[in-house]
Amino acid sequence: MDDTLKVKEGVDQETVEAVRSISGKYKHGWETEIEMEFAPKGVNEDIVRLISKKNEEPGWMTEWRLQAFRRWQQMEEPKWAMVNYPEIDFQDLYYYARPKSMEKKPKSLDEVDPKLLATYEKLGIPLREQMILAGVEGAEDIPAEGRRVAVDAVFDSVSVGTTFQKELEKAGVIFCSISEAIREHPELVRKYLGSVVPQSDNFYATLNSAVFSDGSFVYVPPGVRCPMELSTYFRINAENTGQFERTLIIADKGSYVSYLEGCTAPRRDTAQLHAAVVELVALEDAEIKYSTVQNWFPGDEEGKGGIYNFVTKRADCRGARSKVMWTQVETGSAVTWKYPSCILRGDDSQGEFYSIAITNNMQQADTGTKMVHLGRNTRSRIVSKGISAGRAQNTYRGLVSMHPKAKNSRNYTQCDSLLIGDRCGAHTVPYIEVKNNSSRVEHEATTSKVDDDQLFYCRQRGMDEEEALALIVNGFAREVLQALPMEFAMEAQQLVAISLEGSVG
Amino acid sequence: MVRPQENAAGADRLESLRLPEGGGEWIGAARRTALARLQAQGLPGRRDEYWRFTDPASLTAAEAPPAAVFVDPDDTRPFDSIERLRIVFRDGVFDPAASDDLAGDGIEISLLSDAAAADIHWAKDLYGVLEGRGQSPVPRPLAALNTALAREGVLIRVSGRVGRPVSLIYLHERETSDALLHHVIRLEPGAELTLLENGPAAARLNKVMEVEVADGARFHHVRTQGRDHERRAHTHIFARLGTESRFKSFTLTVNGVLTRNEAVIELAGEGASAHVAGAAVGDGRFHQDDTVFVTHAAPNCESRQVFKKVLRNGAVGVFQGKILVKEGAQKTDGYQISQSLMLDDDSQFFAKPELEIYADDVACSHGSTTGAIDPEALFYLRARGIARADAEDLLVLAFLSEAIEEIEAEEIAAELLSRLEAWLRRHRR
Repeated sequence: MDDTLKVKEGVDQETVEAVRSISGKYKHGWETEIEMEFAPKGVNEDIVRLISKKNEEPGWMTEWRLQAFRRWQQMEEPKWAMVNYPEIDFQDLYYYARPKSMEKKPKSLDEVDPKLLATYEKLGIPLREQMILAGVEGAEDIPAEGRRVAVDAVFDSVSVGTTFQKELEKAGVIFCSISEAIREHPELVRKYLGSVVPQSDNFYATLNSAVFSDGSFVYVPPGVRCPMELSTYFRINAENTGQFERTLIIADKGSYVSYLEGCTAPRRDTAQLHAAVVELVALEDAEIKYSTVQNWFPGDEEGKGGIYNFVTKRADCRGARSKVMWTQVETGSAVTWKYPSCILRGDDSQGEFYSIAITNNMQQADTGTKMVHLGRNTRSRIVSKGISAGRAQNTYRGLVSMHPKAKNSRNYTQCDSLLIGDRCGAHTVPYIEVKNNSSRVEHEATTSKVDDDQLFYCRQRGMDEEEALALIVNGFAREVLQALPMEFAMEAQQLVAISLEGSVG
Repeated sequence: MVRPQENAAGADRLESLRLPEGGGEWIGAARRTALARLQAQGLPGRRDEYWRFTDPASLTAAEAPPAAVFVDPDDTRPFDSIERLRIVFRDGVFDPAASDDLAGDGIEISLLSDAAAADIHWAKDLYGVLEGRGQSPVPRPLAALNTALAREGVLIRVSGRVGRPVSLIYLHERETSDALLHHVIRLEPGAELTLLENGPAAARLNKVMEVEVADGARFHHVRTQGRDHERRAHTHIFARLGTESRFKSFTLTVNGVLTRNEAVIELAGEGASAHVAGAAVGDGRFHQDDTVFVTHAAPNCESRQVFKKVLRNGAVGVFQGKILVKEGAQKTDGYQISQSLMLDDDSQFFAKPELEIYADDVACSHGSTTGAIDPEALFYLRARGIARADAEDLLVLAFLSEAIEEIEAEEIAAELLSRLEAWLRRHRR
């Protein structure tokens, strides 16, 4: 494709070429054959201690986990979301799985098992430095500074390696796995872990607090603009394993960081649980941009298998003028339960949420955001696009809350749903709570189907129906796609096309 | 779901409920079924999702909290200038002397108390039936309580086009009155009726109105809930709409410490149309809740919800609106708007505008906004020499007018507008 560069620069470009280049359905459904080491099935205090021990954690961390575990035992699984799935047997899962070769922690990427490196290579995430993320063909022409991405690669329960660590260190940025951070930077972890998503925030977050095995940790010191994009790639490989990762990002005063997250899993007949917690802390004048392309295995056409994605993501805009931007493209998972939120505590702080959630076949998604305005002059913007096809159910659930002290605050929410086919559902459940009159809250939502005229227009110009649909949907989702970092934009557009394949009658 | 054990006082209250004795078999059966429904649901509590923004405690309590009787200085009541058939209730009790003769052409009106004594009555097919249908997917225990315990109400059957509106007038005279009213209205195919309701009714009112609008029939409903500051009311409308039928309901709420108006509307026949609208103005101790559930069960139907609230001095407005489009209800046109204008910093507005859609060829939208009076609009008017207070009133009326425009009868709309104007003048800062 000779016009790739154009696509890359402006995501608003029409992307029929991208659609054409995609073939096959879920392309990450293969499995890496590698010798694994498991903790015994089920969860109890011994398993919690074992995970803590495997990560070589200090005593306070073990205690913290046990405290969470005891609370979790008192809690009930939430049932309010518009999703249906068979009862999960929490004792029938493996809570810890790591490749045998990772028993001794590799000192550098050169020591990492080539099979693992090959896995990420195949996923388009080369773990060698100087490489760039796939899907950005033609990026060679861009100056090196602009396109490097540091990657933390998580395979089942452990972090395989983190690239560019040295170079980031020079800028003062800490980017490592959370297990490493607990060992190397306990003062930071103790100060911030659980400060945004409290230990017993909700059922899944509490379980995560007890059994999280790995994840990423980022600390950007005051005044530093992180020199490159940071990213974590999560891969579930082992069968019957739950993945519980924990991410903590702290942007100190006046700093900036952009973080990308990707995830895939093999195609399997049994469902798997993924319950992550992500905490973001933005201090005065800091800015965090967090982008996700969620592409877990969605299950097959009949709804067999797939990932249950029950994730708690929250940002605390703690300092004045801080800013957090969540962007998510949700295409995978059998069941999604996810509400990336912003607590706008600092005066003049800003929260943004851009989301495309695509469900096809038997997928179910209940996703949205919470914008809690506590500080004065805080602003939030929500743009959510839900696309339903097949027999899928797609729900936007959100909260906008203006507290009495959040004077002169603003919110604008727009959520649109698109239905493709007559057996799917699209739902909107917004909550609006306003407790002062100097703030303005606006909410708009629409639901419609793909316009026949638009389809006809595209078909007349020689596109087949699926291409035309992908084009229209990309146009519908454009506002969100535009907010994605360049590295993800291409992949996201391709995902939009994949997810819709087979939805045209 | 409501679980009775969560609410110990509620459980005691349920135990103590006794169905009215005597009456025909048909009403006895309906009351027993409703009581069983209520017992399965339990009384609502603050922890129930559907009561998230409104505390039901004073509505479920055994005794009605007392409410002072408000004496209106100018003593004109709404709709006085309109030629109508008047039916008067004092604290929930029918007053034959103050009411007109109930006989009329094309219309058959009876009292629930009379019908209940009869062995058989046409209302048998509707009494508690539409309410029962409206209990799913969301339980409405206080409506089931009403069906089980109500002794009074009107049963209206319309077979033609009724010339003058039927007007239900609710007077409040005792400080501790607790009224339960249950009305059933059936519009036969092609029939048309305008129903007016006004008055504070009682210290506490629990009212259910079941409305069957048969194919091609038209139902217009305008009500005002006003005057008494301390009154409480929880009203329900359960409506089922036939093919090509029309349903229009408008409510003006002024004053009252607690008002919750629920409307549960099912568009069951193709091409039906339902409009539900409301305007509410509150100053001080005022909590007003509009909870609307519109189900599109047939293709080519249209529904519209327009709700506007003006709040000041700690007044609270709530809107919970839902459009459910069932599978197969293609070509649905659903619209919903809820807006609040907060005149000072103490007021609160809570909204949950929901869509649940299972059909693809539909156009549904909803919007919700909250904010203060637009300072630029105010400046514009003041720059043209209009005093601040007048300019504010003008903007408030403009804001409310979208809801008032939902009233088809122009003279009624004009009257309500002038009442709102007078209220705003009385409540100037």
